[in-house]
Amino acid sequence: MIDALFDGLIAPFAEFEFMRRALVGAVVLAVAAAPVGVLLMLRRMSLTGDAMAHAILPGAAIGYLIAGLSLPAMTIGGLVAGVVVAIGASAVARASVLEEDATLAAFYLVSLALGVTIVSMRGSNVDLLHVLFGSVLALDDAGLMLIAGIATVTLVALAVILRPLVVETVDPSFLGSVSRTGPWVHFVFTGLVVLNLVGAFQALGTLLAVGLMMLPAASARLWVDDFTAMVALAVGFAVTAAVGGLIVAYHGELPAGPAIILAAGAIYVLSLFGGRRGLLGRLFGRRHLEA
Amino acid sequence: MFGFTRRSLVFAGLLTAAFAGPVAAEEAKLPVVASFSILGDVVARVGGERVAVTTLVGPNGDAHVWQPKPADARLVAEAKLVVINGFGFEGWMPKLAAAAGGKAPIVVATTGIAPRQAAEDDDHDAGKGHGHDHDKGGHDHGGLDPHAWQSVANVVAYVATIRDGLIAVDPGGRAVYEANAAAYRAELEALDAEVRAAVATIAKEKRRVITSHDAFGWFADAYGVEFLAPQGISTEGEATPKGVAKLIRQIKAEKITAVFVENMTDKRLLDRVAKETGVTIGGELYADALSPKGGPAPTYVDMVRHNVRLLTKAMAGV
Repeated sequence: MIDALFDGLIAPFAEFEFMRRALVGAVVLAVAAAPVGVLLMLRRMSLTGDAMAHAILPGAAIGYLIAGLSLPAMTIGGLVAGVVVAIGASAVARASVLEEDATLAAFYLVSLALGVTIVSMRGSNVDLLHVLFGSVLALDDAGLMLIAGIATVTLVALAVILRPLVVETVDPSFLGSVSRTGPWVHFVFTGLVVLNLVGAFQALGTLLAVGLMMLPAASARLWVDDFTAMVALAVGFAVTAAVGGLIVAYHGELPAGPAIILAAGAIYVLSLFGGRRGLLGRLFGRRHLEA
Repeated sequence: MFGFTRRSLVFAGLLTAAFAGPVAAEEAKLPVVASFSILGDVVARVGGERVAVTTLVGPNGDAHVWQPKPADARLVAEAKLVVINGFGFEGWMPKLAAAAGGKAPIVVATTGIAPRQAAEDDDHDAGKGHGHDHDKGGHDHGGLDPHAWQSVANVVAYVATIRDGLIAVDPGGRAVYEANAAAYRAELEALDAEVRAAVATIAKEKRRVITSHDAFGWFADAYGVEFLAPQGISTEGEATPKGVAKLIRQIKAEKITAVFVENMTDKRLLDRVAKETGVTIGGELYADALSPKGGPAPTYVDMVRHNVRLLTKAMAGV
């Protein structure tokens, strides 16, 4: 019994360093990305992560044109493009009649088209995304440091801006009436989203970066209403998905990134039915009220 | 009159593109399109001064994921002869040729070469060649290994096929093509012997190397070097943890010393495997594209020499 447990859960990590690195990378990413995901969801920006994934392409492509296949140049380029698109979109949304989702769609579509054009201008047809986006199985020291650094910056920055950010999320006009920090808080938060995405893409791949951000957040919302509890639960779900997904991927011969996201998806489906605020929970709650 | 002027303009553009520099346009050269850089080099050697070769997928380009542009369709439409590798390597070619509406005959360089099955994904005996068909990933070789040029003897056959194709569209150049083909053939046969001699200096049990893209099956068959791959037969597709784990165990168990990364695959995964097992990374083998001019493999002959030099050095464990 103990032997089987050891073989199933511990041995892959004990025998192989790449599994240990994947574990550390995925868990650290989960800890940083889940709170960002909760805030994105509460701000009704759940699809922003996906849009940003495309928006960073022109920056990465320009980095590639200037410095060739250099990961720092492409990461910095992607970061700049992502921040320009995100902040441009929210600035336009605040200044015009368009809502943020419409401006973001416009900005990211133009950005994506620009990126594809720039990539094809350079004759060589290297798959840029393949190079830009890493795999959780191939984490080197630089990749681990990048994830750890981004997680640290994210958590510290969130701690600093949390109060105004939560107020702005719940009631932007109240924050506007008592302070002028509203737009700044929003921009800083958007910057954090871009930072998390670009860093995690480079180290882990697109799916993992966006998936670990949004799925645990949506799952946690199905259980609790309180913000702090929601963040804690989302982090717990994300870490569980990271560890469980890696183990399942190892034994089931599946690609690691998708397996982790499927684990997070399984948690989401369970929460959807079993959660206190989920489908069954709501039915039960209503009957309880009527009684 | 109009049409004539436009045609000759396009033609002049073709010539300059092919030679990447000012060329005295003495008389009309035969416009030939080759599908990718290695084939382009071979065609240029056989055609010599009489042809202007343009390649669709350029140096360092990946023919597996290449997308034709409108300009490429025009090249194909203007060509008098189109040369492709075959064995399903250029899955995009039938569509492109139809879209271009060109009337140029298409020469398949691998005509007459017996096909070789691609190795199974997690089959480590890559050199044995299996009978069953398989089709994984978005890669439509139909189970055939298209990288026939990795055996120099096959390129000797390419040369004869290309020579006959050129003579068919340009009978006036017969003498030139035959002389060029004979000279190139001699050079290739010397190269073949050179490769065999180089591999022979390595002890048999040490001829086991790892590459990121399973493109050396023909080389394995021809020269008796075994290639193992951490990924499947495509440059696409994600590796699984179990697959990587198997590979690491195998490297440790069989004491493999040489690991290579190809010129276009993400090398981070192999870096990780190499670090974890203590093997050295042997450099970049050129599998399905040449390097740009000034690189280590600007021509086919240079490419084979470059690959063999890296392989023997790494297998010897220097």
